[in-house]
Amino acid sequence: MNNCWVIIKRELGAYFSTPLAYVFIIIFLALSGALTFFMGAFFERGQADLNSFFSFHPWLYLFLIPAISMRLWAEERKTGTVELLLTLPISTWVIVIGKFIAAWIFIAIALGLTFPLWITVNYLGSPDNGVIFASYIGSLVMAGGYLAIGSCLSAVTKNQVIAFILTAVVCFLFLMSGVELVQSFFQGWAPAFVLEALSSMSFLTHFNTIVRGVIDTRDVVFFGSIIGVFLYVNASVIDLTRGS
Amino acid sequence: MSAVDTMISINGLTKDFGSFRAVDNISFDVKRGEVLGFLGPNGAGKSTTMKMVTGYLPISDGKASVCGFDVVADPLESKTKIGYLPEGAPLYGDMTTTGFLNFIAEIRGLSGDVKKKKVDYAIDKLQLLQVMNQPIDTLSKGFKRRVGFAQAILHDPDVLILDEPTDGLDPNQKHQVRELITEMAAEKAIVISTHILEEVEAVCTRAVIISAGKIVFDDTPAKLKKRSKSGSLDDVFRELTLVN
Repeated sequence: MNNCWVIIKRELGAYFSTPLAYVFIIIFLALSGALTFFMGAFFERGQADLNSFFSFHPWLYLFLIPAISMRLWAEERKTGTVELLLTLPISTWVIVIGKFIAAWIFIAIALGLTFPLWITVNYLGSPDNGVIFASYIGSLVMAGGYLAIGSCLSAVTKNQVIAFILTAVVCFLFLMSGVELVQSFFQGWAPAFVLEALSSMSFLTHFNTIVRGVIDTRDVVFFGSIIGVFLYVNASVIDLTRGS
Repeated sequence: MSAVDTMISINGLTKDFGSFRAVDNISFDVKRGEVLGFLGPNGAGKSTTMKMVTGYLPISDGKASVCGFDVVADPLESKTKIGYLPEGAPLYGDMTTTGFLNFIAEIRGLSGDVKKKKVDYAIDKLQLLQVMNQPIDTLSKGFKRRVGFAQAILHDPDVLILDEPTDGLDPNQKHQVRELITEMAAEKAIVISTHILEEVEAVCTRAVIISAGKIVFDDTPAKLKKRSKSGSLDDVFRELTLVN
């Protein structure tokens, strides 16, 4: 998979050769810090854990991940470089996976840079570091789910703004599908299995179990399948929109 | 000439965009040593034909093969044989000239000393030395076009497909590119699309004119000139492409 690595290298290079990477990382760190300390009441809770940090991730990702994913394909289509890329001796799915992994690594870097919080909570008390580690993994896996949706929708359009909005909306639906608000809309008229299917699609439900410190195979399989399905559709969309 | 020397073989190639037939049942072969000037008014189907041969656009009907590899059945093999300069020379603007050429070389499977040698050769041939470490976004149109050209010849391909290679170049640069094409002509099969008729006289050994998706002329530039009463290529071009 030498070719995949070449793509990953180029994509990561593209993040850091423009201000995008730095702007993103700074905003991610500032927002996640602000949310943890002010809205999450990190100190006031008086508990040695990072729940007030992780509980905001699904919301933070809702608009930060589309900002990363919107350029993945829309930009290539806009500038025409997609033609260059697709006429090189490399399969479409290798490019799709390469771009996805590069973006994922980038998010992992941003997430990794929140380590001072982990140190802080260890300095202040004695948290369950296993749970915190599981939460980091869970957060990253969930970010992968958002990212796959974003990558797929970025291939649908040449316009990055449209890609951003579509991704945010679709991610929002996935996030909320388990919540009262959405569930009560279907309650009463939709059959029970629809309700169950909907709530089982919820990012929030799956993320919450991981954050509790339980890495359940079902949750990992769930996010894994989301990534797989959307990247598969992504590759198909690229083949369908060639030349348009 | 033997069958081995037929580098590009196009047979009944057709492209439909919805109900619009952009390329209509085109057939021709290109042999090693030939420089084929692909002419036609804008929208005649030149670029569409090239995009099908390079594997970017799906083929509606007919067959195309490069060095014996069918572009649909063996896309990766045929793509390794082609050097392609897409229309408008799309490039990754965030990369430097060297960075970009290295990226293309790596995807083409080159590494180590071979890669360095080929990249250096291409930089030297297209006189890119002074902009080697500059981001492509900051280059002038002429330089960008040459970077695109360098990318196409990097792996010393058997087949070169160049969509308007001299567009946007000044007369001196045009001259250089034409010299380069003539120099490489002996061991390659080269297809150039252009609407600059003097270019056909200067570098091509054969001229194919298409109009509304159909081939209306296929012979040497000298014969093309003979068909004109006034001895001007412009006149005969107009005559051939305005009739239908």
